[in-house]
Amino acid sequence: MGITVQNLTKEYGAQRAVDDISFEVKTGDIVGFLGPNGAGKSTTMKIITCYLRPTSGTVHLDGYSIDEHPNEVRKRIGYLPENNPLYLEMSIVDYLAYSAELNQVPKSRIQGKIRDMIEMTGLTRERHKLIGELSKGYRQRVGLAQALIHDPDVLILDEPTTGLDPNQIIEIRSLIKEIGKEKTIMLSSHILQEVEATCDRIIIINQGKIAADSTTAELKRRASGAERIKVQIAGTGGSVGDALLGLPAVAAIDRDHDEKDEFWMVDAKPNQPAREQIFKLCVEKNWVLMQMTPVHTSLEDIFRQLTNKNG
Amino acid sequence: MQTIWSITRRELNGFFDSLMAYIIIVVFLGLSGFFTWLSANNIFFSGQAQLFGFFGISYWTLFFFIPAITMRSLAEEKKTGTIELLATKPITELQIVLGKWMASWFLIIISLAPTLIYYITLMNLGNVDHGGIWGGYVALILISAVYVAIGVFASSITNNQIVAFILALFISFFFQLLFDVLAPVLPDVLSNLTAYLSFSSHFEIMSRGVFSLDNALYFVSVTMVGITLATASLKRRVWS
Repeated sequence: MGITVQNLTKEYGAQRAVDDISFEVKTGDIVGFLGPNGAGKSTTMKIITCYLRPTSGTVHLDGYSIDEHPNEVRKRIGYLPENNPLYLEMSIVDYLAYSAELNQVPKSRIQGKIRDMIEMTGLTRERHKLIGELSKGYRQRVGLAQALIHDPDVLILDEPTTGLDPNQIIEIRSLIKEIGKEKTIMLSSHILQEVEATCDRIIIINQGKIAADSTTAELKRRASGAERIKVQIAGTGGSVGDALLGLPAVAAIDRDHDEKDEFWMVDAKPNQPAREQIFKLCVEKNWVLMQMTPVHTSLEDIFRQLTNKNG
Repeated sequence: MQTIWSITRRELNGFFDSLMAYIIIVVFLGLSGFFTWLSANNIFFSGQAQLFGFFGISYWTLFFFIPAITMRSLAEEKKTGTIELLATKPITELQIVLGKWMASWFLIIISLAPTLIYYITLMNLGNVDHGGIWGGYVALILISAVYVAIGVFASSITNNQIVAFILALFISFFFQLLFDVLAPVLPDVLSNLTAYLSFSSHFEIMSRGVFSLDNALYFVSVTMVGITLATASLKRRVWS
């Protein structure tokens, strides 16, 4: 079942925030929704959670349509909005109880649920604090706990790690992965590593359109076809650049430097023995090869390629 | 109903946690007490065992207080974004509005409760017009229902509390006074309408102890209009 999005379009006045997108999220998937700021990620998520209504197109969740049965859809979704809005003047326990009540968790089960959520999100020591007294990382945990309290099938997280420090990011990520073992998760981000680290599948969206939709592994494979190599040759003169560019396996070069050294960034043509040729070139010309490091072409490059194309 | 009550309870707790409730209760009691018992035109001056002075002053105090209580209700949620959490729960906009409305209304009723002491005191002073006093209380409670509905509506169309406050005051002012002032100068049809919409005549009748269904119906329907408008304005974002 999962989520089915069909020909979804959303216009704000003359501006088209989401432009005829369709995709599907299967039960149990962790899907990353990736795109630059303003690409239409949040808008799509707001439509799926029945906060906004699409201009055209439909969304079905477990067979329920957002137009006809919005409350059935809402019941099945746990939602963490962008910027994680919370009632700062409430205590964690009170707030979770309130969320549970509004999600129609049976009264007899609320206390137990709150205990479970607090334990799961690691809030045990803070449980009686006011939300306003918590650090950002802990607030994010409260946001997650509130989204999970009614045991939803689907979890929608809009930029769940923005504004967190690196340690907190790692904690939240592992929490999401843990939760993802049992639930369908859709999370958005403009940070690639984030999606790469947590999701099985990536949907890249740009200017309201889907630019790519495939598994993380598949995207990585596509990305690693062409190699990028960092080459440093002692006493490099102008002739080195020309010679490198003259190699059959080299597609492009770029002169670069850090604080200490000058070096070349060499883009190899796909599936060509570029490193071998560079080494042989150095031997032949009697240059001293100081460094030759394959730079891991990451999804980052694919992402940049896809999202810059029409921008 | 359970859901509405959850929202109401949270709001009420919020009033009491933020001292708002205590301030309203104390100031209301202070103001009404002063004008009822101590001012130049006080209850002893009139020489009758009734609370006209108290109802008159409450009529105006509530007019100013209620917008201050309701301005936060939806504007704050919109400003901080928590409205998004609320609106994505399996509840309706009407339930949200009713929950908010009920909380502010209950707070007013809670603030009115201590003034029953005046009533008890009065019973020891002389022959009290019980009907008039109960009618006055019912009228105050019904008027509050209308003002709270107006206030919640004002709060639903903006995320700025000050704007919500001023707008609520502005709309309420029509019911409080302007309709009365306008009635004589408007053409006949409109004149009848504005005279009917004005609070003062309805309030006066009730505080004389005359309870008519007609009157109650008036307050209930204006309240419902306010709540409906607030609900519609919350729903508007769905289409924007």
